[in-house]
Amino acid sequence: MSLPGDIADYLSVNGEAVRDSLIQHLWLALVPVVIAFVLSLPLGWAVVRFGWVRLPILAVSSVVYTIPSLALFLLLPGLLGTSILDPLNVVVALTVYSLSLLVRSTADGLASIDPAVVASATAMGYRPLRRWFAVELPLALPVVLAGLRVATVANVSMVSVAALIGIDSLGQLFTRGFQLNFYAAPIVIGLVLSVVVAFVFDLAIVVAQRRLTPWTRAGASR
Amino acid sequence: MAIEFDQVSKRYPDGTLAVDDLTLTAPSGAITVFVGPSGCGKTTSLRMINRMVDPTSGAIRIDGVDVTAQPAAQLRRRIGYVIQHAGLFPHRTVVDNVATVPVLEGVSRAEARKRAYELLERVGLSAALAERYPAQLSGGQQQRVGVARALAADPPVMLMDEPFSAVDPVVRESLQAEFLRLQGELGKTIVMVTHDIDEAIKLGDHVAVFAEGGRLAQVATPEQLLAAPADDFVAGFVGRDRGYRGLSFATAAELSVEPAGTEVAGLTLVVDDGRPVGWRDGTGRVLASAGAFTAADTLRAAADLALLSPAGAAVRVGADGRVDGIVRHAAIAEVIRRRQVERIAVEGAGADDRSDVEGSSELGERVSGA
Repeated sequence: MSLPGDIADYLSVNGEAVRDSLIQHLWLALVPVVIAFVLSLPLGWAVVRFGWVRLPILAVSSVVYTIPSLALFLLLPGLLGTSILDPLNVVVALTVYSLSLLVRSTADGLASIDPAVVASATAMGYRPLRRWFAVELPLALPVVLAGLRVATVANVSMVSVAALIGIDSLGQLFTRGFQLNFYAAPIVIGLVLSVVVAFVFDLAIVVAQRRLTPWTRAGASR
Repeated sequence: MAIEFDQVSKRYPDGTLAVDDLTLTAPSGAITVFVGPSGCGKTTSLRMINRMVDPTSGAIRIDGVDVTAQPAAQLRRRIGYVIQHAGLFPHRTVVDNVATVPVLEGVSRAEARKRAYELLERVGLSAALAERYPAQLSGGQQQRVGVARALAADPPVMLMDEPFSAVDPVVRESLQAEFLRLQGELGKTIVMVTHDIDEAIKLGDHVAVFAEGGRLAQVATPEQLLAAPADDFVAGFVGRDRGYRGLSFATAAELSVEPAGTEVAGLTLVVDDGRPVGWRDGTGRVLASAGAFTAADTLRAAADLALLSPAGAAVRVGADGRVDGIVRHAAIAEVIRRRQVERIAVEGAGADDRSDVEGSSELGERVSGA
């Protein structure tokens, strides 16, 4: 039987399972990035604001990223007291990875702002918190969102690894293909869906970026 | 809305004394310029007014009220602030930049934008630029937006830190002229910082010269500064040609003219349909004329024309551009001499800052009225 035929066949039999895996995959990819993004804002701020936290935070985030994801999935139940099959392990692990990427880009984004612009905002009468949301965060967005794209796409691919510890995701399709003696159909389906998910997320961020930072393109059109 | 510095000092933790016991009043409705070499504490002094920097000792009062009497953010919304390169928000359109302070003060965005459009027009920017981003504007246009933004909440006080130094000389000249016109309409209390003594003399009603170590060397009107620098530092900073530059503060109206046909050094002015053409010598050759002044020009402009003229005489025209007489070197020199006698007499009488300037303009009116 040909590969397209195999795929159609596989989907007709396991369509519901594939759909469940896809939905689970979306959640596991998205939730950690959102949590990490929110956490990266105060952490990135602290890195830029307080010189002494810069080194420890950036050092820890570099080290964390070198831990193999599979090892982290296996270690976390011990640390969190969760069961090995709990998706929370995956959420926490991927949040840690995403955060270690995002804290750096958020800090870089905030550090890239012209201090004269911040000073003029202060002189206009902005209080620090409002100034941060109205001036500093928007100006950091181009760099912050570039980091978010990398973290999101990396996350989509890393969720698959969770299949090795029995967590449902598109990764299940790879382990299934492996168990069926390298049966190509589920592997190809999983691969295509992963790429599509990564592409759609990336596109969503690019669209958001265009809407949120129209001023970055204004200079070029002069 | 006078701004008073009362024995203000600023010492940084590393021991550097940025401002040394500054006592000074920036009078209400006037432009006071802080000028001096870099590191003289002029910008630090400016930034202490809106509490961007806190003094180590001493007090600053606006209209008699200590600046620390209210929260810094509140204080700053009542003080316009313009800096070099304008410091505009790159992520906001021009009109939204201008609307910043009114929006902070709780004015609705629509209302604030409406007023912002009026202000843009007031500083000479077309409404077509309003929806652009700062990066799409020239340096001079950005600086105008900076001024409009500072004016948006109609603050009684404006602080300007090197507002015109980042643009080319031609644009600077027009921005300065426009700034003076605007100030003529608005009458704000303005403190401006510059390192350019010529700018200080041109724009300031009062000029405060700062020396290294945050010491105030002299406060005076521009004319006094040129005529009588307090010490060698000020004299050196003010620079060469003080006497000549001082002529900018005297009007050409007091010069007495001779008839246009008078022969000067063998040359006669050629006039065509009322306009000066040049000077004809004995052989019939015509030498180009350097231009003409009007009674509304400065003594400096008239003296300069006399220096450039082949006849050693400046041509005066009326408001209609038609020649109404010539003035020789000697006549100009005589007016300068009389003026100098009068000035020294006024200073000897212990006059205050202003009487000197007023004295000379009264003289101008008297002579031109005669």
